[in-house]
Amino acid sequence: MKRSYVVLCRCAALLICLGICCGCGSPARQVELLNVSYDPTREFYQQYNAWFTRTWEEEKDSRVLIRQSHGGSGKQARSVIDGLEAHVVTLALAYDIDGIAEHTGLISPAWQTRLPHNSAPYTSTIVFLVRKGNPKQIRDWEDLVRPDVEVITPNPATSGGARWNYLAAWGYALLKELGTLSPPPGDADSAVRDAAEEKARDFVSRLYKNVSVLDSGARASTTTFIQRGIGDVLLTWENEAFLAVEVMAQSGVEIVVPSVSILTEPTVAWVDGVVEKRGTLSEARAYLEYLYRPEAQRLIARHYFRPCTPEYADPQDMQRFAALRLFTIEEAFGSWRAAHEKHFAQDGVFETLFKGAS
Amino acid sequence: MRLQYRQRHFMPGFGISLGYTVFYLSLLVLIPMSVLGLKAFSLDGQVYLDILRDPRTLAAFKLTFGAAFAGAGINLVFGFIVAWTLVRHPFPGRRMVDALVDLPFALPTAVSGIALTTLFARTGLIGRMLEPLGIQIAFAPAGVIVALTFIGLPFIVRTLQPALEDLDPEYEEAALSLGASRLRTFLTVIFPSLRPALLSGFALALARALGEYGSVVFISGNMPMRTEIVSLLIMGKLEQFDYDGATALAVMTLLLSFMILLFLNLLQWRLGRRTQQGG
Repeated sequence: MKRSYVVLCRCAALLICLGICCGCGSPARQVELLNVSYDPTREFYQQYNAWFTRTWEEEKDSRVLIRQSHGGSGKQARSVIDGLEAHVVTLALAYDIDGIAEHTGLISPAWQTRLPHNSAPYTSTIVFLVRKGNPKQIRDWEDLVRPDVEVITPNPATSGGARWNYLAAWGYALLKELGTLSPPPGDADSAVRDAAEEKARDFVSRLYKNVSVLDSGARASTTTFIQRGIGDVLLTWENEAFLAVEVMAQSGVEIVVPSVSILTEPTVAWVDGVVEKRGTLSEARAYLEYLYRPEAQRLIARHYFRPCTPEYADPQDMQRFAALRLFTIEEAFGSWRAAHEKHFAQDGVFETLFKGAS
Repeated sequence: MRLQYRQRHFMPGFGISLGYTVFYLSLLVLIPMSVLGLKAFSLDGQVYLDILRDPRTLAAFKLTFGAAFAGAGINLVFGFIVAWTLVRHPFPGRRMVDALVDLPFALPTAVSGIALTTLFARTGLIGRMLEPLGIQIAFAPAGVIVALTFIGLPFIVRTLQPALEDLDPEYEEAALSLGASRLRTFLTVIFPSLRPALLSGFALALARALGEYGSVVFISGNMPMRTEIVSLLIMGKLEQFDYDGATALAVMTLLLSFMILLFLNLLQWRLGRRTQQGG
């Protein structure tokens, strides 16, 4: 008697649960995606995720729940290598996604050709942040090697942004010597090119002599420059610079855009190994492909990144971006891998800049 | 024989507690360490040679171990004074001060690093006063010592306190009344009985300082050859997916630390034996 009552109760509970699940008209399919990203994209993806979830539900009648993870780009890549189940990765440099592909095989080696524009739906560049009124009259890269200028940039060993800064300076010096960056290195290892590389080494070496603090990350450098008031100029991402100027209006800094800089391409990829296992390939793929849609491009420009198709963006947002000569890493260095080997690996050029200096 | 062995442990549960100890230590210490060991043995010897030849790494080792010793040494003297004051001189608000000592334990290291940097940077409260004197603390090797001293303080104070509490003032009074000078009383009565606590406090603070990362990276400025610590180099290598290089660095730090700690323990053991024989 008592036992059958319990069974009855359980059945009833189960039925009610089932009824709730089927009854309230929920979408046919519901999946969860984890987007592993780097620090400065936090605000952008918050908005983009809301838009994407809405659009996807309208178009496909299926619900996607997107979870975000942010941190230093290299650190995030390492988490994925160590087993964090990311469905998509949206990191600061292609080198980090290459790292995941190489160490885990979870991402197809040809990932960068799967999406338009080198798999970079938004780009940025490296600019200068100086004190209000620009008291040291810093206008271009050449001013950074003046003996009276103190430069702040993070340590390339621990910061992806710092590597972009370093490569931007090197590329500037190359371009100044050669006048052009074509053909890319490797094709023409002529004496002229070697001489220019030597000049670039000298320029970068003088620049890093003016650096007094190499913080471990880009945000830490921003703090050193703005909060502690150390240094005359900070090398930083353009999107970070805008954030510093517009969000912290009282920070007393302004942006100086050099004549030439590097085109930084934060890249995106879906993680084949994970989305195949979870059966979320169509959602993960769409999540990245939709980044190229007009609405997303508009949102990108609003959050201080340069959209890959500027026509879609609000012209007012586009006005904020100064025109300058941008070179890619392929133009100046061949590839990320080549740049890494030559400059940042053990016994690379960066290390030799400091040897004998102590 | 067997019976005798059993009889010695009048408290029950020796077997189970030993089993538990071995299991727990394996889970927490031995297994993670052996993973590092396995990875270390799978490496080519060349990786180690490369690191030993690299001046940037050697400079980092020198700074890390030098600053850790300096920090623990400073704490040995000033931590002793703090512990002595807290135990021997009851004063109003002593409990508050006592609680303050633990703060470096509880504070996230990044927070203490940022706080110290704010104080000692050129524009900071203390840094501003030191700058005209030509003293630079933040973004200089001295900053590393300051950070390591800060995090090491509780280790010395907390190991000394119980030892000091056990030390009966009557012995000092006896020594003084028998005509010993204050210095002699300290050197021959107080110091020998505190030596084990001082040594183990020093060893703990040193070990803690050798592995520190969070607070140091903010205050040191991380300049290659000048203010980079070993943990930063390990992080840097990981960040660039150089797992082999990172493992090699970690193993070498571990070996060096282990040797130093072993030496300190042996020293303690020998001194302890001599004191026992002598007394």
